Amino acid sequence: MEQLSRRRFLKISAATVGAGAVGSQIPVVSSLAMGSKPPAGKVETIPTYCEMCFWKCGGIAHVRDGKLWKFEGNPLDPMSRGRLCPRGTGAPGTHYDPDRLSKPLIRAGERGKEEFKAVTWDEALNYVADKFKKIAAEHGPESIALWKHGTGARFFEHVMRAYGCVNKAAPSFAQCRGPRDIGYLLTYGTGLGSPEPTDIANTKCLVLIGTHLGENMHNTQVQEFAQAVANKATIIVVDPRYSVAASKAKYWLPVKPGTDMALVLAWMNVLVSEGLYDKEFVAKHGHGFDKFAAAIKDNTPEWAEAETGIPAATIRATAREMAKARPAALVHPGRRVNWYGDDAQRQRATALLNALLGNWGRKGGLYLQAGMKVAGYPFPKFPEAGKPKVDNVDERWPFADEEVTTGLREATITGKPYPIKGWVVYASNLIQTLPNEKETIEAINKLDLLVVVETHPSEIAGYADVILPDTSFIERHDDLYVGWGRQGWTALRQPTVAPPGEQKPAWWIAKELANRLGVGQYMPFKDMDEYLAARCEKSGIDYAKLRKEGILMGPKTPITVEEGAEISFDTPSKKVEFWSDQLAKRGFDAVPKYTAPEKAPDGFFRLITGRAPVHTFSRTQTNLYLRDLMKENEVWVNAETAAKAGLKHGQYVKLKNQDGVVSNRVKVKATQRIRPDTLYMVYGFGHTNRMLKSAYLMGASASQLNTRYKVDPLMGGTSIHQNFVTFVKEA
Amino acid sequence: MPRFGMVIDTLKCVGCMDCVVACQTENDVPFGHCRDWIVTETRGEFPNLSLEIRSERCNHCDNPPCVTCCPTGASHVEGFGKTVQVTAEKCIGCKACLAACPYGARFVHPDGYADKCTFCLHRVKEGKDPACVSVCPTHCMVFGDLDDPKSAVSQLLKSRKHHTILPEAGTKPRVFYLT
Amino acid sequence: MIEITTTRHNPLVDPVLSVWSWEIPVYLFFGGMIAGMMILAGINMLKLAKGERAESFYSVQTPLLGFILMNLGMGALFLDLAHKLYVYRVYMAFEPHSPMSWGSWVLLLVYPVILVSALIRLPQAWPWLGERAPVLQRLSDAIVASPGKVKLLGILNIGLGIGLGIYTGILLSTMVARPLWNSAILGPLFLVSGLSAAAAMVHLTASLVPGHPAPRSFLGGAFAMLVQPLGERPPEPRTADGLVKADLAFLAVELVLIGLLFIGLASSSASHVAAIDLLTSGKYATIFWWVVIVAGILVPLALQWLELGHRIPHTILPALLVLAGGFALRWVMVGAGQASHMIAATGM
Repeated sequence: MEQLSRRRFLKISAATVGAGAVGSQIPVVSSLAMGSKPPAGKVETIPTYCEMCFWKCGGIAHVRDGKLWKFEGNPLDPMSRGRLCPRGTGAPGTHYDPDRLSKPLIRAGERGKEEFKAVTWDEALNYVADKFKKIAAEHGPESIALWKHGTGARFFEHVMRAYGCVNKAAPSFAQCRGPRDIGYLLTYGTGLGSPEPTDIANTKCLVLIGTHLGENMHNTQVQEFAQAVANKATIIVVDPRYSVAASKAKYWLPVKPGTDMALVLAWMNVLVSEGLYDKEFVAKHGHGFDKFAAAIKDNTPEWAEAETGIPAATIRATAREMAKARPAALVHPGRRVNWYGDDAQRQRATALLNALLGNWGRKGGLYLQAGMKVAGYPFPKFPEAGKPKVDNVDERWPFADEEVTTGLREATITGKPYPIKGWVVYASNLIQTLPNEKETIEAINKLDLLVVVETHPSEIAGYADVILPDTSFIERHDDLYVGWGRQGWTALRQPTVAPPGEQKPAWWIAKELANRLGVGQYMPFKDMDEYLAARCEKSGIDYAKLRKEGILMGPKTPITVEEGAEISFDTPSKKVEFWSDQLAKRGFDAVPKYTAPEKAPDGFFRLITGRAPVHTFSRTQTNLYLRDLMKENEVWVNAETAAKAGLKHGQYVKLKNQDGVVSNRVKVKATQRIRPDTLYMVYGFGHTNRMLKSAYLMGASASQLNTRYKVDPLMGGTSIHQNFVTFVKEA
Repeated sequence: MPRFGMVIDTLKCVGCMDCVVACQTENDVPFGHCRDWIVTETRGEFPNLSLEIRSERCNHCDNPPCVTCCPTGASHVEGFGKTVQVTAEKCIGCKACLAACPYGARFVHPDGYADKCTFCLHRVKEGKDPACVSVCPTHCMVFGDLDDPKSAVSQLLKSRKHHTILPEAGTKPRVFYLT
Repeated sequence: MIEITTTRHNPLVDPVLSVWSWEIPVYLFFGGMIAGMMILAGINMLKLAKGERAESFYSVQTPLLGFILMNLGMGALFLDLAHKLYVYRVYMAFEPHSPMSWGSWVLLLVYPVILVSALIRLPQAWPWLGERAPVLQRLSDAIVASPGKVKLLGILNIGLGIGLGIYTGILLSTMVARPLWNSAILGPLFLVSGLSAAAAMVHLTASLVPGHPAPRSFLGGAFAMLVQPLGERPPEPRTADGLVKADLAFLAVELVLIGLLFIGLASSSASHVAAIDLLTSGKYATIFWWVVIVAGILVPLALQWLELGHRIPHTILPALLVLAGGFALRWVMVGAGQASHMIAATGM
C-alpha cells in the first residue's frame, strides 16, 4: 500500500503500488484501447464455465472480431446467477498474460535452475512416455504419481490409472477442506463438498469462524452474504482480524488465534446449560447427547474468556442470538480450515454446534444438496491395481477418505513402502501448496521424472524435467461439470477463443500420452466434442442446446424439511453423533476437546493467512487485470505493534520464522484492523520462479514461512497457522 | 430527459473490485489505469472499529468543474442523461480537468486525451446497466434516473440514509452512498 | 483514527496529482513576465503620447524579446499538452466559463500587440531589415507619427498585460478541488510577481545585452525602453534607479499578497489549512522559504534598498534573484497546489 498523506492523523494508502510504475511496466494493449469511445466490433458470445478458481461459475465469453473481449456471468447458472467475481471477470487477463507458458519445455540445466529448451509437442510427449515406460519397467507403474487440482486433471487421472498409476493426491483435501469434510462426515455421515450447502440467503443468524466472505470470493456465498446483510440477519464473525465480513457484523469476536475450539465449546455449553438448543432435533436425531453434554460441562464462557480473550458476556449473548434464530441460524462450515492440526475435531465441534441449532436440512441452515443424473462415458474397465497406494499406509490417518498429500511426499522421500520415481503435477503449485517446501524439494530430488502441466510457470514448474503448457480454461474443452446445490445442474466447458501460442488442452495432452503409453484404447474418442456429445446423448441432454446455453438445470427436488425433504444420517448410529464411538474406538476424543495453543516466543507474532478477492492461490498474480489491482501482498500489523517495532505503514520488511526462514520483502500495513499479537498475509505471493516475470519477488510467500506444521491425526491435514514470525528490517 | 445517477449500498459492498475489472474489460481501459476504484475507510481503534467501503468513480456532477475549466468543450454535459462526457477528438490534453476534479476521477489516456467513467452510456442506450452495476456480486449498485421519483435510485434515496463524497466542493455529485 | 486505502493507481493522479511538471511553471513564469513588460511598456507609451519625456525610462529589450519569451512560454505549454495534434481545437471554440479558453484567446491577441509594438523599433534596431523591407519602415513611421496610435497601443499593452498577468493566477484559483490555489489573491499575486520579473528582466538585459549607440531621435529614445537595447551603456543612473524603485514596490506588494494569501487560507476550511502546510512544512517548504521568500524577495529588497541609497553599486544580482524567485514561486505553487486536495468534512 502506498502512502498518500499523513496529515491530520490520516492515513491514505493505495491497495496497489504507486502510479507511474504500474503504467510503465505494463504494456498498453493499444489494439484494445478505445478510451472514452464506446467499444465497437462484431461480437460473438460463447458460454463456458469458469475455472479462475474452483467455484466453477457459468460464464459467457464475448469474442469481438475474433479476440476475447470480456467474460460475463451466465444468468442461467445457479452459481454465478449472471455475475462473476473479479477473477472470473478478469479471465481475459489470463488469456492475454504475457508470462504464460507457450511452448513445451525440457529441462536444459540442473533441476530447479529454471533452465529449459523449447521443444515440439512430439519431442516432449515422447520424452515423457519413454520415462514412464522406464520407471514402469524398473519399479512398476505405481511408482509414478499424479498431483492434481481442477477439472483439467480429469483425463490425466484417467490415462494414468489405465496405465496402472494408482498413486495420486490433491492438496484440496489435506491442505484445504479435508478437515471440514471429515468433521462433518464423522458427525452427520456426509462431507459437505463444494459448494457448501449453506442457505445464507435465508438465514437469520450467520456465524463465520475465520471465513472471510467478500475477501474470499466464493461467488454464490458472497452474493448470499450481501443478501443476509440486506435482510439484517445477525452476523457474528470470529476472526483475529477485522475482516470485511467482520465490518458487516453485529458481533466481531477478535479471538486469540488457535482458541476457536474453546469458543465453540463454550457456545455449546451455553446452549446446553441454558436449554436453548433444539431439543426436538437432538431427541429425534442425536446420538450420545448426554455423554456429550457431560463432556462440555466445564467449558463455560468464563473458562473460554481466559482462553479466547472474548468476554464471557459476549459469548453468552452471541450463543443466545444463535438460539433465538434457530433453526435459521447457521455456523458456516468454512473451507480452507487446516489451521492448527486439530482441525477435523474443531470442524466436528462446529458441526455439533450446527446440530444443537437443529439446522440440518432447514431453511436458513444447511440445506440438502440436490444433484442431477448425467451418464458417464462408456470407457473400458481399468486393469486391476498392482500395488496399494503409498500415501496412507496402515491407515495412519484412519479417517482420511481421500489421498493424503504429505503421505505421498513422504513416501517419495523414504521410498517406502515402495519407491515413487515419477510425478505428474497438474495445475498444483506444490512448492507453495504443501507445507515446508524443503521436504517437497527433497522429494523432487528423488525423482527420475517430474512433469508439470500448467498454464503458468509456477515454482514447481521451475523444478520440472518437462513442462507441458496447458491452455487456459477459456480456450479449451473439459469434462462436464455436474453440480450439486439447491438444484442440480450441468455446465459445459468449451473453447471460446484460440490459445495465443502452442498451448494444448489438457485432454489432448492426456490422450496423446495415452497413445504413446499403449493405453490409447482408454481414450476411445476423436476429440472432446465427440466425447461430450456421447455423454449428453446417453443422458438425454440436448448437446446443441447445451453448447448454446452453457447450463442445463436438473430437476427441482425438496432440499429442506420446510419443502418436505426427509433427513437421514449415514453414520454408524444412523444419527447425528454427538458422541462418536468410531473416534473413541480409534483412541480419539469422542467429543472434541480443547488444547491451548503454544505461546509465541518474545518478539514473535503468530502468522495467519487468508485470501484476497482478486487472486486465486499462487495462480493469478500475473493476470493483467488482477495484477493491476494487487501486485503484491502486505503484512497486516497492528498499528501499535508496528509503532513498538519501529515500523512505518508502507515500508518494506522481511519476516523471519521460528526456524530462521526469512521471507522476501513485504509491505507493512499498519492498521487497527488486527490483534496486536497476530500478523496476517494473503498467501500465494512472493513468487520465486523468474519465468513469472511480472510477479517475481513481488510480496512474500506465506507458505515459505510454513516450516513448522502439525498433522491432523484423524485425516492427515497439515496446519498453516502454527508459525511465529518476527520482523527483519531491510538495510 | 433523464438525469442519471448511481446509488451504492456500502452495507452490501465487500470491496471485491469486480466493478473495476468489469469496467476495464467492458471499456478497454488500458492496463495500469482505472475509471473506478475501491476506497476503504476504517475508523476507530482496535477493537472498536467501523469500515466503509465505497466503489468510486466520476460523480457526473450537476455542477461539474471539469466541464467549466475545459477550454475546448471536449468535456461536456451530454444531453442523454445529463452525464459528463469527454469527446476525445476535441481534447487537447491540457489536463486542467484532472486538476479541477476533486475526486481524482480522470486520467490521461495513453493516447493523449482525458478519460473517465462514461456511466457506460453505450450500454445504457441499449437498455442495460453500466458494466460495474451489472457485474456486482453483491447487487450493491443501482443505476437510474434521479429525476424520476418512481425510479429505484429515487426510491432508495427517499428511504435510506445516504451521503455523497465531498459535497462541500459544491459539485453536486450524483453518485450516492447508502449507509 | 482513520485509515483510508484506495485501489486507484492512475499515472499522474496517484498517489498525488502531478499532471503538470516543469512546463506549466515555465509557461506561467514567462507569461507573467511578458504581462509585466507589456504593462511597463504601455505606461511609457501613454506618457509618450502625452508628450512627456518618456525616453528617459531606459529599456534594453531587443524588439523581439517579448516575442521570443512568448514563444518559449508557449513552447513549454505545447510540450505539456498530452493530445498535441488536437491543439488547434482550442481555437475552434470559445468557452466563456473556462479561464484557459479566455487565456488562449488573450494570448492570440497578445501576439499581434507584441509584434506591432516591436515593429515600431524594428527598422532601427535591425536596420538591415528596415532597408530591405521599406513597408516595415512605413508602418513604423505611421504609428510613431500618431500620438493617438501610440496611446492606443499603450492601452492595448496595459489591458492585455493585466489580463495575461491575472489570468495566469485565475487559471489556478478557480479550481475548488485544489485548496492551495483556491484564493482570488492568486491573480494579483501572479500579476505583481510578473511585474517584478519584468522589471528585473529589463534591468538584466540592459546590463548584459550589448546595446547599439542610443539613437539621437526623440522617438528612438522613447521607444528604446520597449523594444531594443538602444540606450546608453551603462544605463543612466536615473533610469536604473527608476527600475529599482519600481521593483522595490513590486516586491513589497508581492510580500503583502503572499501574507494575505496565507491569512486567507489559514482562516478557511481544514482543506485550506492543510494546503498551507504543504508550503510551510511539507516537501516544498525548503524552496518556498529559501528561494521564494528569502532569496527571491527579502534579499533583493535589501540589496536594492542599499543600491538606492548608493551605499552599494548597482549589480545584476538582485535582478537574477528576483527572476529565480519568480520562477520558484510558480514552480512551488503549481507543485504544491496539485498536491493539495480537499479533505472531507467528515475527516477524509
